Amino acid sequence: MTQTAEKVIDHFDLFRQPEYKEMFESKRKNFENPVADAELERVREWTKTAEYREKNFAREALTVNPAKACQPLGAVFAAVGFESTLPFVHGSQGCVAYYRSHFSRHFKEPASCVSSSMTEDAAVFGGLNNMVDGLANSYAMYKPKMIAVSTTCMAEVIGDDLNSFIKVAKEKGSVPEAFDVPFAHTPAFVGSHITGYDNVMKGILEHFWDGKAGTVPALTREPGEKLNFIGGFDGYTVGNLREVKRLFELMEVDYTILGDNSDVWDTPTDGEFRMYDGGTTLEDTALALNAKATFSMQEFCTEKTLSYIATKGQEVVAFNHPIGVAATDKFVLELARVTGKPIPEAISKERGRLVDAIADSSAHLHGKKFAIYGDPDLCLGLAAFLLELGAEPVHILATNGNKAWAEKVETLLASSPFGKGCHVYPGKDLWHMRSLLFTEPVDFLIGNTYGKYLERDTGTPLVRIGFPIFDRHHHHRYPVWGYQGGMNVLVTLLDKIFDVMDATTNVAAKTDYSFDIIR
Amino acid sequence: MSLATAETLEDIKARNKALVAEVLEVYPEKTSKRRAKHLGVFEEGKPDCGVKSNIKSVPGVMTIRGCAYAGSKGVVWGPIKDMIHISHGPVGCGQYSWGSRRNYYIGTTGVDTFVTMQFTSDFQEKDIVFGGDKKLAKVMDEIEDLFPLNKGISVQSECPIGLIGDDIEAVSKLKSKEFGGKTIVPVRCEGFRGVSQSLGHHIANDAVRDWVFDKQEGKPARFESTPYDVAIIGDYNIGGDAWSSRILLEEMGLRVIAQWSGDGSIAELEATPKAKLNVLHCYRSMNYISRHMEEKYGVPWVEYNFFGPSKIEESLRKIAAHFDEHIQAGAERVIAKYQALTDAVIAKYRPRLEGKTVMLFVGGLRPRHVIGAYEDLGMEVVGTGYEFGHNDDYQRTTHYVKDGTLIYDDVTGYEFEKFVEKIHPDLVGSGIKEKYVFQKMGVPFRQMHSWDYSGPYHGYDGFAIFARDMDMAINNPVWGLAKTPWK
Repeated sequence: MTQTAEKVIDHFDLFRQPEYKEMFESKRKNFENPVADAELERVREWTKTAEYREKNFAREALTVNPAKACQPLGAVFAAVGFESTLPFVHGSQGCVAYYRSHFSRHFKEPASCVSSSMTEDAAVFGGLNNMVDGLANSYAMYKPKMIAVSTTCMAEVIGDDLNSFIKVAKEKGSVPEAFDVPFAHTPAFVGSHITGYDNVMKGILEHFWDGKAGTVPALTREPGEKLNFIGGFDGYTVGNLREVKRLFELMEVDYTILGDNSDVWDTPTDGEFRMYDGGTTLEDTALALNAKATFSMQEFCTEKTLSYIATKGQEVVAFNHPIGVAATDKFVLELARVTGKPIPEAISKERGRLVDAIADSSAHLHGKKFAIYGDPDLCLGLAAFLLELGAEPVHILATNGNKAWAEKVETLLASSPFGKGCHVYPGKDLWHMRSLLFTEPVDFLIGNTYGKYLERDTGTPLVRIGFPIFDRHHHHRYPVWGYQGGMNVLVTLLDKIFDVMDATTNVAAKTDYSFDIIR
Repeated sequence: MSLATAETLEDIKARNKALVAEVLEVYPEKTSKRRAKHLGVFEEGKPDCGVKSNIKSVPGVMTIRGCAYAGSKGVVWGPIKDMIHISHGPVGCGQYSWGSRRNYYIGTTGVDTFVTMQFTSDFQEKDIVFGGDKKLAKVMDEIEDLFPLNKGISVQSECPIGLIGDDIEAVSKLKSKEFGGKTIVPVRCEGFRGVSQSLGHHIANDAVRDWVFDKQEGKPARFESTPYDVAIIGDYNIGGDAWSSRILLEEMGLRVIAQWSGDGSIAELEATPKAKLNVLHCYRSMNYISRHMEEKYGVPWVEYNFFGPSKIEESLRKIAAHFDEHIQAGAERVIAKYQALTDAVIAKYRPRLEGKTVMLFVGGLRPRHVIGAYEDLGMEVVGTGYEFGHNDDYQRTTHYVKDGTLIYDDVTGYEFEKFVEKIHPDLVGSGIKEKYVFQKMGVPFRQMHSWDYSGPYHGYDGFAIFARDMDMAINNPVWGLAKTPWK
């Protein structure tokens, strides 16, 4: 017995004590019918081979450790970006419990969202009653200014029609006639969380711009000077949106952020729980029709939204999660072009500081090989930054990346000498990545928390950039956009590189050399 | 604040009843009537807690509950480490439940064990339209090809499976035959079934009965039986709970032949009918299979509680009573061995926690089982409720709660917030979805599903950690900073 009250040990140390180790061994040997050690070793080694890689890449039906989630997750993410808006997901309730947990684990914040709790009877008769009762309850309890409805796959499979259900609910008095209930169908078996974001963003704009589902006249666009900005599904939304606002203010750009969830995902601890905080006002959302242009930071996350906006006569400008000097240059230049505003000296200096930092550190980055996975736009943004740093994004993988995305990545790779020999993997998962890391190893892996399993299996050090990040805290508060964001990404990469250098040169009397005090 | 000294029992009951009436006011009439049945104040001497349970959640209220899939894949089947559990349907369910439950295990993940992996058939529109059986068959082929050391496969159905009329049983049977009799378990745990996780537990239990036990009939055990063979049932090894429990059972002279299901293996499931006694921790999720084993194989079962020294001591003796003097002496020896640790833990932490009040809202067994551990530290549970409990849970709860305790079944986000706001306990114990709501309010909080990434909490080793964690939550200096000084 090693537990003491003086120094309480928990799972980290407790189970390494001899009495537990002995217990584990006996359990395994006597009761688990374990695979023989030699066979285990043989298969473990086999999974590292080119032969295994080939089999692995021949998979047609099985997905293992995907880097994507389902549509309604993105729906909820988009919806909470609007003022006092309650996301309402029509379908099974377990899904909503999952989305809420998922967001709370990443942002370390409450995630408020309701479900219409459909069960067997609704599967048979449809979920109309659930919608009618659900809207009434949510409205009475949580006093939202808007309820944004999306769907789980259950409601989609049985074919519930949101438009008519919401109409009926209003007729039955669940919510006042004029109360805003935008909606979007978000089937989990189509696309991924980024598709859900797109559908809900478009659904909300359509609601306000096109006559609120036929209940009021459609708005007429009166072109103005304001700029709309859409961030897309982004684990760094808190830091990123604040950074973008700072840039807008520096440039004196008049803007509307559509889906501004930077406050609701970062509420203070001051004695008050804020179910809603910040967000795009409903008035601004309607007026966004008149904007001169809409900027989207994530092309593949806002495809339908942008083409819808374009039909209204606005210019749309799409980026791919811009990270680094050139990508931010493009963003700032486009901003200047569209708004006609001059780029202030303060921003030029920020740019110069990022270039300065890259110059100071590039010796440690040059020629380093990286594997990247994540959402399509994030992969593009990170790959472009790595190329700019003289590093090589050898494997670029997005489970929710499509053919058009892959072509865009190919074009990017072809644009730089550092892109030679780099490959793009649309629609693949992290088990494919595992094979790649064995057969075509790289120096570092960039990905979300789930990448730690790859780090453990393959020994490739993981740089945590992406969504979700469950096992490191607070990084979502720091931007990766803007020159300042580029600086954060640079430092994140360098910290890992230096940590690995130290960790591989710290054995006394063996690797004392290279264990330098100055790097 | 300590309610025991601040108010009389009658005051507390009146306050709690008024509080229930107050929260019900927010609802539309129909909902108010429905929710009223789930909220109550415990009256000493009553056979249950006076609330209805295991009823459909009301749409739109922000229930904390999950679904049948969560109960089967997330709770019962997922921890069986040497099987591959397919999240069959769209990608989300498997993604959100991937690795988040902390059911610890030992193995070479991806080679001979697979718990912290997400296997999914990742349904696309065409699978919904044309059916997913062919895809499922192919998924199984690819699993056999790429993960040859797996000892079995389970199919964890997501919502669409039952709606589109797929025949996962036929696919499972066919593939089992093709794979030389491999255990392949189709589980009909679609998320829309039932009212919560609870039906998923039941369905998962039945699947063990139908697709694991029935297949084993007549086969000999892999080991020589002893008179002291027991199986741990209903311990999911969160943060290592089953391990800090197992060690005590073994120290008292019993032999643990299986763990259900934390760090469990298919061989252990198969061997369990050979046990002399099943010891059942989470009654809610595994009473079904325990009853079945009793009826079919004559294996008796006994409920126990390994939270906090008082209940551990009681439970060790209760378990020992099913065996001979050798084991009974063993139980006493174990109790004596850990006495010094227990005394030291209580001496250290009780003065820091004495009189502190707690409100709980958890699943499974915890809304009642952890009360004793808090009381061992001088703390008082003033409100509790079950996410997916049934009436038999509320009956069992009467042995734990004090007169006047506020009871809330399937609490809504709104109700829980209001209750805590008014009662202002010193600690709230609930889940990740609740954690930050209460911390924002300045109320100390511990996640009582995942042990807030700590644990184990079971057994004597676990009690020390439990005490440390409750102290670190309640006596965290940060709570003194929550109020803005100039406001």
